[in-house]
Amino acid sequence: MAPGALERALRQRRSAGQKCVVPYLTGGLGSWGAYVQAASAAGADAVEVGIPFSDPVMDGPVIQEASERALRAGTTPSAIVDELGRTDVGVPVAVMTYANLVDRAGWTRFASSLAAAGVAAAILPDIPLEETGPWCDAADAADVETVLLAAPTAPDQRLERIVGRSRGFVYAVGLLGVTGERSSLADSAVVIARRLKAVTDLPVLVGVGISTPEQAVEVCEVADGVVVGSALVRRVLESGADEASADVVAEVVGSFRTALDAG
Amino acid sequence: MMGEPDATGRFGEYGGRFVPETLVPALAELDRGFRSAWADPAFRSELDGLLADYAGRPSPLTECHRLSAELGVRVLFKREDLNHTGSHKINNVLGQALLARRMGKTRLLAETGAGQHGVATATAAALLGMECLVYMGEVDMARQELNVFRMRLLGAEVTPAMSGSRTLKDAVNEAMRDWVATVEHSHYCLGSVMGPHPYPWMVREFHRVIGSEAAVQCRDLLGGPPDVVVACVGGGSNAAGIFSGFAEDPSVELVGVEPAGGAAVGRGVPGIVHGMRSYLMQDEFGQVLEAHSISAGLDYPGVGPEHSHLATSGRATYHQVDDGEVVEAFVLTSRTEGIIPALEPAHALAWVARERASLAGRTVLINMSGRGDKDVAQMMDVLADRI
Ligand SMILES: Cc1ncc(COP(=O)(O)O)c(C=O)c1O
Repeated sequence: MAPGALERALRQRRSAGQKCVVPYLTGGLGSWGAYVQAASAAGADAVEVGIPFSDPVMDGPVIQEASERALRAGTTPSAIVDELGRTDVGVPVAVMTYANLVDRAGWTRFASSLAAAGVAAAILPDIPLEETGPWCDAADAADVETVLLAAPTAPDQRLERIVGRSRGFVYAVGLLGVTGERSSLADSAVVIARRLKAVTDLPVLVGVGISTPEQAVEVCEVADGVVVGSALVRRVLESGADEASADVVAEVVGSFRTALDAG
Repeated sequence: MMGEPDATGRFGEYGGRFVPETLVPALAELDRGFRSAWADPAFRSELDGLLADYAGRPSPLTECHRLSAELGVRVLFKREDLNHTGSHKINNVLGQALLARRMGKTRLLAETGAGQHGVATATAAALLGMECLVYMGEVDMARQELNVFRMRLLGAEVTPAMSGSRTLKDAVNEAMRDWVATVEHSHYCLGSVMGPHPYPWMVREFHRVIGSEAAVQCRDLLGGPPDVVVACVGGGSNAAGIFSGFAEDPSVELVGVEPAGGAAVGRGVPGIVHGMRSYLMQDEFGQVLEAHSISAGLDYPGVGPEHSHLATSGRATYHQVDDGEVVEAFVLTSRTEGIIPALEPAHALAWVARERASLAGRTVLINMSGRGDKDVAQMMDVLADRI
């Protein structure tokens, strides 16, 4: 299948000899549309937008809190997708959400709504390889890239099957655990990145537990880039998740961009 | 009916394995581990030994003369309330704990609603010398204080689930998050016939003993099966256990009873949560709704996938009772039989009491899944002006 917009953007960064930064922001939280724009302007290669779900099993306390706040503020999946459709983010957008919201809308309807809104890709952490069938059929048909996760627990043969089905990039889960910050880079992050680089030419981005620019630089000795979630969302929450929080987003994303560009 | 799910872990279109990638290899390992243990006579005899000498099986079948006279329906109880730790939950837990040990795991993780599954898991951990951590919704910790103390007394750690509705569904989320981080040495001892494959199947097999015993006991007492088998349904484990002994016989009616405030089959639509596709109470966008029931053990917006299949195939029917009917059944059973039921099986009793006219003259087997001691403090308030 021809590379989609997300994969092309990440490959372009890599071809320039640089590393990719993909920040995660919770849709529906505060002035989230402005945060997405700020992240893009601060040097993100793509932005991951979470569509909050009531029962996010892959998320730790920070993203849980962000999701709960967004849901209390009345956000809905279609409101988030519609707003993405009205916004020119400037870089590809990937939505991250859970299977039930997609199933409820209908696999095909959800995939075409993403395509219509100009969303490049989707990340669904509770749809592992064996359950991708109906979703990937719908997403492929709508030309939405499905990014699969690859975890440290997977044997080599399974990693090969995952990279064979993933589009956009491969999301290397950096540690055993849910999203959240960690004080140091887990050894498993470098190991999983290396194992994936050995079996694929797709961009390999490490997420879960990447908390500081220093950790990003360290893991990017092997990986092609990082996904930064809780470390960014925590700063948004701490700054009150209001309009001014866009400056905080710019600062955090900029610090990762600068550190990775400096190597 | 009630055999093995297909290779993807589905009963009809329900079930599957919707979990974070990190857990997939562990679930595959659990599937292999269970198959090998279940086929191993040494494992089976060790489990049977514990069920007999430790848990007190077989549990009796009790003919309920005074309740039968009161209702005009011949009522039999399968006495899971007489098991060690006071409910059916111990059947599953002893099986999973032995399996975990056989697979080299040293720590048991569990979620609990009413605390019965947590107490059973803490008990098995104490018995086998394993570490144990139980997640329990903060709301449930308050209404089931006694069971929290029991678990701690047994050496388990009890951690409140503080997110969402702070009840059973959130405790499941916390247990799954913990397992994602500790999967190498922990076993997630799931407490009902729910979750990702192989749990719904494995947990039902560990509870099959309820139905197998009851079928033999009914044959001895009645010369054949009862007309109707009734059980309460939260996740659906006690119901699946007793149904499995009668599902092959189309003359036996199978009835599941859900709380009106947590009726996944009755008020839900198919969805995906906690690793499975099954009926689920959810809003128009797919956000999971909070369940509300007088019984913490049934306060769950989902249901095990095999029940979704039994419901859509028509093999079993599912009905709802409200909290008021449950309280009446709780009192009625205490006064006519000298058996204080747990609030969960009081749902099954409430349905039989309400349907007594249509059940007149028939023989009904009710799964008395647990005893009411844990609910007495809560019921003192509810019944304050009557007792
Ligand atoms: C006595 C008793 N019965 C039933 C249940 C509900 O579980 P299930 O539907 O899995 O049997 C519980 C759960 O706490 C219980 O304690």
